[in-house]
Amino acid sequence: MTGATISFEGVGKSYAGGGKGQVTALSDVTLSVAPGEICGIIGRSGAGKSTLLRMVNGLERPSTGTVTVGGRDVGRARGAALRAIRRDVGMIFQHFNLLSSRTVHGNIALPLEIAGLPSAEIGPRVRDLIARVGLEAQAERYPAELSGGQKQRVGIARALATRPKVLLSDEATSALDPETTRTVLELLRDINRDLGLTILLITHEMAVVRDIASHMAVIDQGRIVEAGATYDIFVTPRHPTTRSFLSGVTGITLPGFIAGRMTEARPHGPAEEIVRITFAGAHATDPMLARMTAERGIAVNILAGAIEEIGPRPFGNLLVAIDAARGPEARDYLNRHGLSTEVLGYVG
Amino acid sequence: MSANLIGLLIEATLQTLYMVSVSAVLGTVFGLPLGVFLATSQRGELLSAPLVNKALGLVVNAARSVPFIILVVAIIPFTRALVGTSIGTDAAIVPLTIAATPFIARLVENAIREVDAGLIEAARAMGATPLQIIRKVLLREALPGIALGLTLAVVSLIGYSAMVGAVGGEGLGDLGIRYGYQRFMPDVMLAVVVILIVLVQIVQSAGEWIAARVDRRAPRNRGH
Repeated sequence: MTGATISFEGVGKSYAGGGKGQVTALSDVTLSVAPGEICGIIGRSGAGKSTLLRMVNGLERPSTGTVTVGGRDVGRARGAALRAIRRDVGMIFQHFNLLSSRTVHGNIALPLEIAGLPSAEIGPRVRDLIARVGLEAQAERYPAELSGGQKQRVGIARALATRPKVLLSDEATSALDPETTRTVLELLRDINRDLGLTILLITHEMAVVRDIASHMAVIDQGRIVEAGATYDIFVTPRHPTTRSFLSGVTGITLPGFIAGRMTEARPHGPAEEIVRITFAGAHATDPMLARMTAERGIAVNILAGAIEEIGPRPFGNLLVAIDAARGPEARDYLNRHGLSTEVLGYVG
Repeated sequence: MSANLIGLLIEATLQTLYMVSVSAVLGTVFGLPLGVFLATSQRGELLSAPLVNKALGLVVNAARSVPFIILVVAIIPFTRALVGTSIGTDAAIVPLTIAATPFIARLVENAIREVDAGLIEAARAMGATPLQIIRKVLLREALPGIALGLTLAVVSLIGYSAMVGAVGGEGLGDLGIRYGYQRFMPDVMLAVVVILIVLVQIVQSAGEWIAARVDRRAPRNRGH
């Protein structure tokens, strides 16, 4: 089993809004997810990410443009052809959407019954899936008797039952606590590695993207504003929306007493420049600031900082204050040594 | 109370049970699919047919607006055409079924509308056909609500079946009116009322027990 390519080409979606004419949910989205890739789409609620995800299995149809999965045009498929595509696309949900009347076993069997698999084949396959998600002891339990993490494991097993080539995740960890989120994301990563299926997930949590997605796209007001390898976007975010999502996850924010006094324009008289320094890969562990102070005599006041890992690659983020008079020289020095800098503002 | 009267009470009880159970079964046979259709045929729903939905909704509302006793009298020609007579238990089953069908349809519709829309979405995402969604998801998930709805319908039918007694339908209501009221035998009247109360209690308890048996929405003490 290998993954399928998901591709959006010039996709737009608008609804007839209640008396206010057309409401545009998505405009001109072009995005491609390679086979076997985990792609995270991040956006605020109402940004259109849910609409985008639902187009991959035809729960929503594009108003313009084309959505294809493994080369098949989802937006134009109807009836049996659409149902066949859907069996190749598993989906998991924020609120799990398990049948309360069926046991774990029964819930996982449902898509197989729907696909018309002979019941002699359903039993063994469901048992395999239950083992894969580690719920052997809960096989005959009902959803009401399970924890949130266990319910999502059932959801994942159910989504995998028809051996799909694509897995869609609709905020699958948003209702879970951080520890459970971690184990569920690990399970998704294992599945991606073992089965090679393409995973497209939507979330509003940058941490989810960082922990699992090799590629990502940022969606804002129905448009993709930034897309690419997760590492690159984390290290060099370009769009303000991306930056605001990142400030939440990189765990570094300006101390309040500085943020409150910071101005966008450089004030008259002596001032300090507040600079974000991002250092990636090998540089992340170099003592570059100490070297600059030693070589150039530029003092740097460190306000906040952290080093993180995306996949196996480290990257760091530092917020520093530098004498504004020496700022340009310092930034030039750091840039030449492979660090990227961004002036956030000035403090007089 | 004489043995004769006790015999009459037993006979009347059996007649009531016969009328109620047959009309409940027929009412379910017609009302269940009607309710499923009403619950799934608004615009954008599984069986999207908004015009048919509206038309059937009007018919159901109209049928439910007619007071039962008037319905019984109004459809006498229809009843006679169907069963050959307008008096007796078989004749009573016709208006009882006609009253039960829209009632059950609305109860089923409500129970199905209670099912979480997320489950329908999940089933659609699995590639289920509308009929599969109805059979495997909606009906099964709505079963506790449907069981309680049918309980309510049967209890109402017991009351209605006493009313058809007034127009020659036989059963407990008929006995209560003819003996208890017209022949002024209060003990018969009391016995009829007690039997009706017991019947309703049994139906209500059985219905609630069944609904609880099929309801898995809350965790159950497994007695480990």
